Amino acid sequence: MTTVEDRELLKLPEAEPRNIEDRLRGLVRWEGGLVILFVASLFYGASTSPYFMSIQTFFFAGLNFGEIAIMALPMTFIIITGEIDLSVASMLGLSASILGYLFMHGWSIWAAMAICLVVGIVGGALNGFLITRLGLPSIAVTIGTLTLYRGIALIVLSTNTATGFPSWTTNLSLPIGGTHIAYDFAIFVVMAIIFGVVLHMTPFGRSLFAIGLQQETAFFSGVRVKRIKFLLYVLSGFICAFAGILYTFQQASSASDTGTGLELNVVAIALFGGVSIFGGRGTIFGVFLAVCIFGSLQASLTDANVSAQAQTIVTGVLLLISVLVPNARDGFSRVRSQVRRRRVRGAT
Amino acid sequence: MAKDTEDGVGTEPRGVSPEEQPLLRVDHVAKSFGPVKALIDGSVDLYRGESHALLGENGAGKSTLVKILAGVYQPDAGHVLLDGVPINLASPAAARDAGISIIYQEPTLFPDLSVAENIFMGRQPLRTGRRIDRGEMNSHSKDVFTRLGVPLNPSRLARGLSVADQQIVEIAKAISFNAQIIVMDEPTAALTEVEVSRLFDVMKNLREQGTAVMFISHRLGEVFEACQRVTVMRDGRFVNTSRIEDTDIDTIIRSMVGRDVSSMYAENTTVPGENVLEVEHLTREGVFTDVTFNVRAGEIVALAGLVGAGRTEVARGIFGIDKVDAGTVKVGGKKLAHGSPLAAMAAGIGFVPEDRRQQGLVMDMAIDRNMALASVGSLSHFGLIRKASERSLASEWAARLQLKFGRLSNNASTLSGGNQQKVVLGKWLARKPRLLIIDEPTRGIDIGTKAEVHRLLSELVAQGVAVLMISSELPEVLGMADRILVLHEGRLAAEFSRGEADEANIMRAATGQLKKSAA
Repeated sequence: MTTVEDRELLKLPEAEPRNIEDRLRGLVRWEGGLVILFVASLFYGASTSPYFMSIQTFFFAGLNFGEIAIMALPMTFIIITGEIDLSVASMLGLSASILGYLFMHGWSIWAAMAICLVVGIVGGALNGFLITRLGLPSIAVTIGTLTLYRGIALIVLSTNTATGFPSWTTNLSLPIGGTHIAYDFAIFVVMAIIFGVVLHMTPFGRSLFAIGLQQETAFFSGVRVKRIKFLLYVLSGFICAFAGILYTFQQASSASDTGTGLELNVVAIALFGGVSIFGGRGTIFGVFLAVCIFGSLQASLTDANVSAQAQTIVTGVLLLISVLVPNARDGFSRVRSQVRRRRVRGAT
Repeated sequence: MAKDTEDGVGTEPRGVSPEEQPLLRVDHVAKSFGPVKALIDGSVDLYRGESHALLGENGAGKSTLVKILAGVYQPDAGHVLLDGVPINLASPAAARDAGISIIYQEPTLFPDLSVAENIFMGRQPLRTGRRIDRGEMNSHSKDVFTRLGVPLNPSRLARGLSVADQQIVEIAKAISFNAQIIVMDEPTAALTEVEVSRLFDVMKNLREQGTAVMFISHRLGEVFEACQRVTVMRDGRFVNTSRIEDTDIDTIIRSMVGRDVSSMYAENTTVPGENVLEVEHLTREGVFTDVTFNVRAGEIVALAGLVGAGRTEVARGIFGIDKVDAGTVKVGGKKLAHGSPLAAMAAGIGFVPEDRRQQGLVMDMAIDRNMALASVGSLSHFGLIRKASERSLASEWAARLQLKFGRLSNNASTLSGGNQQKVVLGKWLARKPRLLIIDEPTRGIDIGTKAEVHRLLSELVAQGVAVLMISSELPEVLGMADRILVLHEGRLAAEFSRGEADEANIMRAATGQLKKSAA
């Protein structure tokens, strides 16, 4: 009996109201900061190379970043519920490998694509099953399937490279007719709008936040927590398989190591976009801005002849900033409220 | 350890003479948490070689007193005296150094360390080169277990020990610290009968070696079996101390509950309608067994009983939070699917859980979103949440419940406890439930809001809603409920109507005394 009443008593002293507008303002500040950073990265790009501001750069940035950006959308949903999916890049690779294998073995491109999407669904369902039904931690499960899916990709395609895809598919690496927009980027924008509406305007999206902030309360309020998480992993698998198809078409080839290591970029984008790794916070708009910043930085660094290896350092630093800054803010307000509390105590 | 040879060490409990200096005196100790006075006047004397029971209802202040002795809380007023000298229990370490050890209901050992390593955690005997002297540690532990009369292997891992054995390890740890005062906070709640009697033997050994034992339990029978004196607390105050041979169970129960039911409760005059909830033979293995009852429209039924009797678990079973093993739940005559809160909600049940922060609210979500959380589906249009409807739902209920808040877009964590509870209530009332299950409706909220919540419940039943209430506060149960069901160890022990219930017979049923006296 003691535990319950103590829990209540122990909590009372800390029941001091937190100023939430601070946090809201913080969110606005975060996305505002991203906008400023984006503009700054454009200026930086323009200063490094006269070609940066050209439309071609815009196109290539979109092209290089499309798949990562697309995979960041379901990743955002998953991280908001407080989970993670590290198998995304392996699923992309597996999908690309299966597409190449089937096509080389005489399947029609459409049938091969359909199989890839089914594999994505099955792979996502396996993640979801292990996490929601068996209650295993998502980070461990998806590190496991990261290796598993890559391994299957290796068996499927071995060291071969599949090429010779129909020309209409490889044309996807060209701009959309009459514009300078990459197909990848256009697909990302359309999907981002859909994901944004779902996340911010539907009961489903609302329940994702509730799960991430207070899973038990969500369950007590009739949110089907396990089913929703399961669906998110299926969605993630499906979208990653789709990204694998796009990637293959764009490169006009596929190999078993396609997309190796991209999962970290995907997570980095989501976090840099202001999605909290602890769950319950984040916006699609922020993720969209993060995509723009990464894209433009990558383009300008490439223009400035910075090596790809050095570019990963930039990615790493940005990721650290995205984790440090919100925590530093929380830490600061915690210290401030402690000081305030101590003052109050001293006064009484 | 202090040895007292003059008195001689016998098997008989020692008589306590008033001129003898108490080993530990808790003298008018008080402790508040913000506006909540958890302990107003805690006083108790402990003598060497006695087992002293500390009794009181839920919320009487026992655990606050224990936490003060443990050095976890600092008292706002009063003193703790050891051998007549005031001591400052500034930290758990200070309490330990003063010779006070607390044995909790569920000990927390390191499962992957051996029993001996657990006993000597942080002060292992060392050999040259700062290596841990395992042999020394094990032989020391063995000695202690011999003194306690319990054969436990010191070198086995703590993992897999029964709760009873874990308590023994904690007691051994206390003794190896030369504890003179051992406080046991409901040690028997999770033990079998055999384990309880072994624990009592250990307590007897401790007494004979001059240790003072403070024993907290809700099982009054045990108190008479194992203790020499008993102190009763009520509403944060000391009531009385008596020798066990000078008192009886009825007297103790009267001291525990003896207060007037406040007149702030209005009698429910609604005539109950048809059955809304019918629970039949509901069973969850090891938690509750064969629970059968009904709740009618326009009536408040209270589930009373001690914490741990299975009240909350029955409510969770009805609402589908936990799966039940047998039995049925019917709402309005229709059987409810097991294990689905969504089905329960669709049938018209609302559930205000006991833990507001973990189960009732999303603390870091806005007030209006919290209020709408259970009804977003019906607030949507073409699958999109209509923010205006959400807002108006929230502001309507905020007004009806007289919620005190800054802005509806502020997080729920900005509200006081009472206002948080109103948000949880609003969340369910917005769904217009036929049956509202409310677990600890007024825990941790101030008196004023408490009265508002009670009035609200009365209004609800007047409108024909059925209410199933769980409460550890007997005045609340007696004041609000039309019928009272008392659970004891997972079974319905008694049912009282408003007229026949009083605190004494509820407590008797809740502590398992009713069955014995009836038989």
